[in-house]
Amino acid sequence: MTANPVALTVFLVLFFATAGLGFYATKMRSVNLNDLGQWGLGGRSFGTLIAWFLLGGDIYTAYTFVAVPALVAGAGAVGFFAVPFTILMYPVLFVVMPRLWSVAHKRGYVTAADFVRGRFGSRGLALAVAATGIIATIPYIALQLMGMQIVFAGIGLNFTLNLPVIGAFHDLPLLVAFLVLAIYTYHSGLHGTAMISVVKGILVYVAVLAAVIVIPIELGGYGKIFAAANPATLLLGHGTANNLGPQFSFASLSLGSALALWLYPHSITGVFSSSSRAVLKRNAFLLPSFTFALALIALLGVMAVAVGVKGMPEYAEGYRIFGNNFAIPALFLHSFSPWFAGLAFAAIGVGALVPAAIMSISCGNLFTRNIYKEFIAPDCAPATESKVAKIMSLATKLAALVFVVALQSSYAINLQLLGGIWICQTLPSVMLALYTPRRLNATGLLSGWLIGMAAGTWMAFALQFKGAVYSLDLFGFTIPCYAAIIALLLNIVIAYAVSFIVRAMTNVTVKDETLAEDYV
Amino acid sequence: MNGKRRGFHPIYLLLVLPFVALLWVPIYNRVEPALFGIPFFYWYQTVWTFLGTACTIPVYLYEEKKRK
Repeated sequence: MTANPVALTVFLVLFFATAGLGFYATKMRSVNLNDLGQWGLGGRSFGTLIAWFLLGGDIYTAYTFVAVPALVAGAGAVGFFAVPFTILMYPVLFVVMPRLWSVAHKRGYVTAADFVRGRFGSRGLALAVAATGIIATIPYIALQLMGMQIVFAGIGLNFTLNLPVIGAFHDLPLLVAFLVLAIYTYHSGLHGTAMISVVKGILVYVAVLAAVIVIPIELGGYGKIFAAANPATLLLGHGTANNLGPQFSFASLSLGSALALWLYPHSITGVFSSSSRAVLKRNAFLLPSFTFALALIALLGVMAVAVGVKGMPEYAEGYRIFGNNFAIPALFLHSFSPWFAGLAFAAIGVGALVPAAIMSISCGNLFTRNIYKEFIAPDCAPATESKVAKIMSLATKLAALVFVVALQSSYAINLQLLGGIWICQTLPSVMLALYTPRRLNATGLLSGWLIGMAAGTWMAFALQFKGAVYSLDLFGFTIPCYAAIIALLLNIVIAYAVSFIVRAMTNVTVKDETLAEDYV
Repeated sequence: MNGKRRGFHPIYLLLVLPFVALLWVPIYNRVEPALFGIPFFYWYQTVWTFLGTACTIPVYLYEEKKRK
């Protein structure tokens, strides 16, 4: 991976100028970053347009730009599940999230766990929701770090340091990615990130639209591109008499991911930073424009196969280290002129930086509000609160760094699917709690959560953390299903059943501080 | 938290439509009819990014009108 001076210069200027804009934006607005509501929630001030950029920048991540096309390039049609996933999450945004926004706005909740604490009067359940949020986000941040690492390495910043004692150190691109993210998040907070997500949106659209026009012209049209694809994986396989087959696992991955998405702390931070319910409702039909870009990027995975970048000697090293995750960077380097390749790489780099920043900010919020203030220092000053959040956001990034090094996954997408299994287990406490008035209580929800987490983790373990589709055998009939869905179904059944039993046996009422009118 | 049924109107069924169209995979897991050489499986899902929006806008407009 030798550096092209033009591509490298364009990349460095764009990437660091954008990150710099984040600092500058924060300074210009003279925002008090020692206030958690400002650093961690942008003062709940973002209108339709900024929320469109911020949520778009928050939700469409290295998952979109690196992991999805890598899966399409390597495994074919199954990688396209991200398209139904990112379409189906919008009816959920439209119907469910405005209720959560309203109650958070009225009661001053900063995190999902704040809501659970208020709704069920249970510190234990709030702790479970907060801890799950942090644990599920770490692999997701890891995916972003990996995205930045691939970009830095691909553009040519892959020199090896020979350190005394330790020896040759190869992970320099990863270290640079980590440092940029850490310094950026600490100083900038959500206001600055909203600003650079505008730049991200523009860079991504320019790069993607150019790619889907230029590359098919070079290759002689889409017909030729698909003719070069592996016929065995061009479509999903069909099921058999006793196996529902890949079509079912495809649907389960789409649905499970769509349900999981709005439960992630970074999604909730994005939702809470909006200035009104209407902003969310409008974005439920404005944000799918990013899904259209995602579908085009997924098609780039097919193009990478048609171009045959995998077999080219100049990309052999990238493929050796990163596997199919190198498909899109290699495609850009091969198909674009150097300056435009630099721009496209900056789009991916900023594309990973924005969500990683929001993810670690929201983990900081969760730790501070629901663990530190709740259990360690209830009377801490606002400035201390903000300081703790910043330090904790750094800690989650460090954990993500360890995750990348320890679990080099040939398909980065598995990192995200693993987080999805965990975060889905908070659905009853966060989403169902918005609807079922008195049928759920903390004991029931905690029981369901515990079983769901245990079952989900066990399935992931049985799959050796290399996949997320678990084959459920029921009386000789095989159902290949996203483990998140299986664990969630168990969780819901147990949550309602135990809640029912508790209600029948005791007459303890739920200490619900929220009122019906808080939700509308 | 009662009275959520009060707000139901058939227009909300539009929000269910994308789930049916995209989770019932056998209806689109095929090559033909291809569009500009793109197999049906790929372009059908891509077109649904717009159809999803087309399903949500009427519901939004209905809610806006009801609010006034």
